[in-house]
Amino acid sequence: MRVWICAWILALPWITPQLCAQSTASLPRTADGKLDLNGIWQAMNTADWDLETHGSVPGPVSSLGAIGAVPPGEGVVEGGTIPYLPAAAARQKENYQRRWTDDPEIKCFMPGLPRATYLPYPFQIVQGANTILITYAYAGAVRTVRMGHPGKSPTDSWMGWSVGHWEGDTLVIDVTSFNDQTWFDRAGNFHSDALHVVERYTPRGPDILDYEASIEDPKVFSRPWKIGMPLYRHVEKNAHLMEYQCIPYAEDVLYGHLRRAEGGSK
Amino acid sequence: MSLRLIGVLAVAAWIPTSAQNGVPRAADGHPDLSGVWTNKTVTPFERPRDLAGKEFFTEQEAAEYEKTHVFDVDKRDNIRGTNRDVASAYNSFWWDPGTKVAKTRRTSIVIDPPDGRIPPLTAERQKQLQEMAEARRRRCEKPGCEPENSGQLGPADGPEDRPLMERCLSFGNAAPMVSSAYNNNYEIVQTPGFVGIDIEMVHQMRRIPIDQTPHLPSHVREWVGDSRGHWEGDTLVVDTTNFNNLESFRGSDENLHLIEQLTRIDADTIIYRFTIDDPTAFTKPWTGEIPFVKSDGLLYEYACHEGNEGMKGILSAARADEKRAAAASVAHQ
Repeated sequence: MRVWICAWILALPWITPQLCAQSTASLPRTADGKLDLNGIWQAMNTADWDLETHGSVPGPVSSLGAIGAVPPGEGVVEGGTIPYLPAAAARQKENYQRRWTDDPEIKCFMPGLPRATYLPYPFQIVQGANTILITYAYAGAVRTVRMGHPGKSPTDSWMGWSVGHWEGDTLVIDVTSFNDQTWFDRAGNFHSDALHVVERYTPRGPDILDYEASIEDPKVFSRPWKIGMPLYRHVEKNAHLMEYQCIPYAEDVLYGHLRRAEGGSK
Repeated sequence: MSLRLIGVLAVAAWIPTSAQNGVPRAADGHPDLSGVWTNKTVTPFERPRDLAGKEFFTEQEAAEYEKTHVFDVDKRDNIRGTNRDVASAYNSFWWDPGTKVAKTRRTSIVIDPPDGRIPPLTAERQKQLQEMAEARRRRCEKPGCEPENSGQLGPADGPEDRPLMERCLSFGNAAPMVSSAYNNNYEIVQTPGFVGIDIEMVHQMRRIPIDQTPHLPSHVREWVGDSRGHWEGDTLVVDTTNFNNLESFRGSDENLHLIEQLTRIDADTIIYRFTIDDPTAFTKPWTGEIPFVKSDGLLYEYACHEGNEGMKGILSAARADEKRAAAASVAHQ
């Protein structure tokens, strides 16, 4: 029924077509009437290389040529730049200089948020009524989103403490209790343990979500700021989230200096 | 399906109380497996010889067994006062197998064969495992092999030499999901097309699509294997293949075909059964059963790899041993 109304509105050019673009009446729903976000999703941008607009630059290993280089991309930060406090801006520049050794992504550490969302790998939403699991391919990272849960996290963590609720057809997740160990991207953008992220997942259609994350951290930023990007559903018939257990690939970086030297003690 | 499996599945299909009324159900009519569950238990994996022929404890025997088999941190076979003894004591602090036998009061996790014992390994697998153990032992004839602060003796030339749990890769309780050292907690989220199981121990994740798609091609291998689920009546049956050859469950190899059955029998209990079908490792398939008990607690993040200072300690100790040995050898000359 509403689909027909929408088609009729589209026929009237003086009424904004956005009314229809935002209509979610025909989208699939779970048994409890909530929007059904189940599926495998992925960002399609270069935010993991740098949240801000960046040109292409060479990678750290020249033998990898074009594979290891940094691809260019337009930024995802609302307003263009991240509002660092002066000391934090200096720290970010240092991080950038050391990005090919210090980025926790190199070490296969859990990515934190919102970075997990726009890593260049898929993730899967498993939407139960009271609990939503979000499982990420990278590092086997996983988070439990507790819907309407009043509890507080007893400690900080890599993926934070996620409490969700619905605002109409938007899934809102409030994430707190982060540690200060994760970065936002490979360009050294960072945060402290005072980070507070509010994520909003709003459908733009059955296969596209508008993702927005507002980021607040008074120890690092002069004001709250936002990133936004679409997330795309993997619609392939055989789409499955495969395992990307990266610990074995990071062990040499982490422990290589403690290996036994060939033929004797080190 | 292989012939050798038909007999096993006939046994495993016998679930004590399936299709019961009062079992919470999802909107699509299937039993609802959602929630936080624990399977920690002091029930022995294999039936002890002195319980031969006895499939179930009486209530009194169960209470007696629990009293005498509570994990005892003082039951260590180390020489007191050594570094190894201190390291073991530290580890013991974390151990949490619970204090209760499985609520079915079975005397072993293994339920088939009926004697509650794992069938023998094939001759080829036995030979292979012996050769691997022998190779490790030979490498241990040089210094730097048995770092005193580590949990397990063996070579420590690099992280790849160490057991999977020291590398935060696996504690061996993900596929199948058996009671392990500690953190025996599982969060199940169930949707009509997919069941996700978050395993608290080193946050391993079971991804179980409920669909008809084929398994991954055989050259692709995963640590927890490649799972597909389907419902048989009120039982969720999960079929998993494509394991790698680095993880081994009680001697299994990469040809393991794991079949799991999850049946919720009441508000507090899922009966979990797993069948190990691995023709190159075991002389016949075998089945285990552990009840999953509903937990009031929440799952928390276990960031093991991110804080793995233990690995640095183990490798450093091995290098220090080598240095000491080298110095002693020079002094001796």
